[in-house]
Amino acid sequence: MAKPLGKLHEEKVFKDPVHRYIHVRDELIWRLIGTREFQRLRRIRQLGTTYLTFHGAEHSRFSHSLGVYEITRRIIDIFQEKQTWDPEQRLLVLSAALLHDVGHGPFSHSFEKVFGVDHEEFSRDIILGDTEVNSILSQMGEDFPKQVAEVIAKTHPDKLIVSLISSQIDADRMDYLLRDAYFTGVSYGNFDIERILRVMRPTEDGVVIKSSGMHAVEDYIMSRYQMYWQVYFHPVTRSAEVILSKILHRAKELYETGYTFKRELSHFKTLFEGSVSLEDYISLDEGVIHYYFQGWMDEKDPILSDLCIRFIDRKLFKYTEMVSFTDGHLLSAYFQEAGINPKYYLVVDSSSDLPYDFYRPGEKEERLPINLLKPNGEIRELSRESDVVEAISGKRRTDHKLYFPMDLIEGIQDESLKTKIKEILHK
Amino acid sequence: MFEDHLKVVTLIQEAGEVIGRKKLQKMVYIAKKLNFPFQEKYQFHFYGPYSEELTLKIEELCNMGYIHEVKEKVSGYSQYRYAVNEEGQKLLSTYGAEIELLGDCVRSMNEQSSRFLELVSTIMYFDKFDEDEIKEKVQTVKAKQKYTEEEMNEAFAYISKLKNRVQ
Repeated sequence: MAKPLGKLHEEKVFKDPVHRYIHVRDELIWRLIGTREFQRLRRIRQLGTTYLTFHGAEHSRFSHSLGVYEITRRIIDIFQEKQTWDPEQRLLVLSAALLHDVGHGPFSHSFEKVFGVDHEEFSRDIILGDTEVNSILSQMGEDFPKQVAEVIAKTHPDKLIVSLISSQIDADRMDYLLRDAYFTGVSYGNFDIERILRVMRPTEDGVVIKSSGMHAVEDYIMSRYQMYWQVYFHPVTRSAEVILSKILHRAKELYETGYTFKRELSHFKTLFEGSVSLEDYISLDEGVIHYYFQGWMDEKDPILSDLCIRFIDRKLFKYTEMVSFTDGHLLSAYFQEAGINPKYYLVVDSSSDLPYDFYRPGEKEERLPINLLKPNGEIRELSRESDVVEAISGKRRTDHKLYFPMDLIEGIQDESLKTKIKEILHK
Repeated sequence: MFEDHLKVVTLIQEAGEVIGRKKLQKMVYIAKKLNFPFQEKYQFHFYGPYSEELTLKIEELCNMGYIHEVKEKVSGYSQYRYAVNEEGQKLLSTYGAEIELLGDCVRSMNEQSSRFLELVSTIMYFDKFDEDEIKEKVQTVKAKQKYTEEEMNEAFAYISKLKNRVQ
């Protein structure tokens, strides 16, 4: 085996708008950043379709991954002095932080739902498979790639190192909240990360927060709550996501029914057939997807063509608050009657369709909450100590929107049918 | 429209009443692993497979008024009970579809403790490994739960029993 990778001769730095600088001292990290699998993340936006609502949201999973690495590096620097921290784990945690999203594909959430792929499985495959990432990780020891994969999959036995990257207050969430707020241009995503890092304490079961830092954590919880409702669940972004998902469904359905596409489907073929290899997956990025969508704009299938035009030219669906089950089914029947396929043009989108959440403490042993460490050594769940957190986490809040193409409804010739549809939508 | 929500309502209806969110989480996961048509995405968490998507879906069903949630204090912690209410029954009778063989499995799972279902679901999460590797994995990722060899054998036997039921 080659000699394990050591320190760089001199520190490398990346200029970063959120953390000012990202510092790299380890040859391992430097070489992982240079791999083709990691560089691919430059071509995948962190927020998917959000750029269609907030035009600044063009930042990539590459910059987010560097940010998560940097936050983790700073946490470890603080933990070095604590007895419960094992310094031997440093490179393992930093590698996992850097690579935690390496398996993400373009518009991951929709792709996963439509094609049944799982970005976490691809993360594991990239780390353990025949890849540049694996060959570099393997230089640290035969077992090292497996350990990195286990930390990312949250199945590593050391709960503390897992919690640094994946918990209710982890490096991943802290970076994406700050970064997404910065790039979308919203002001409510900010919180005092320096303070939070200073009050984090390592324990065997994960990170706890010194109770004197509760107010900084309250700010973080508020940021998460605001970002959830104002950015991640923005109805216009969700409209674009709904259309994207329907394009993928339609193209898959056409392929399965023997439709002949004008263009060769080299990138999509194995996805449609459920046999996508690691190399096929790595070759996908947002540029490739846009290339296909632009081509499909002049396909002869009117639904695929129309949906692609809507996505590329940002002619999105309109939305209303969800109507009742009965009205929904009635609308579906009216759409059929009007010749508008409800499967593609009448879509409910719910909070549960979103890969984000806001903090709720949950039930005992449901999931690990944020715990505060009191001066007497007692551990208390955050919402039991903080009225602010209790107020926003104790109340159920969910949302459903119904998406539809208003232009197609306006074009219905049968005036009585059109009126009946509009009456339900405007209830 | 809301097909995936309806499946969750169906599962709770088949169970009658489910006590504890953790138990409900594990029941849906095990049903999914038995190839019942649940679509919720699960990840491994501190207490075994967990789906944020399912948590939200249940909140949505409570807010829509189809599931009745009761919050109670049990030894200093909150615990939740879930049952389908009258509106939910009406919904199922109009739009619900029976999921064949689900009822037996769900009722059987509902009779087990949530600790046992945590073990069963963890074993199923690692089903790509062989039995000895799974046992070793459970002992490392679930060291605190201190599952005995006997409990693990019971869990493997229980999984076989469930699989036989759905074949």
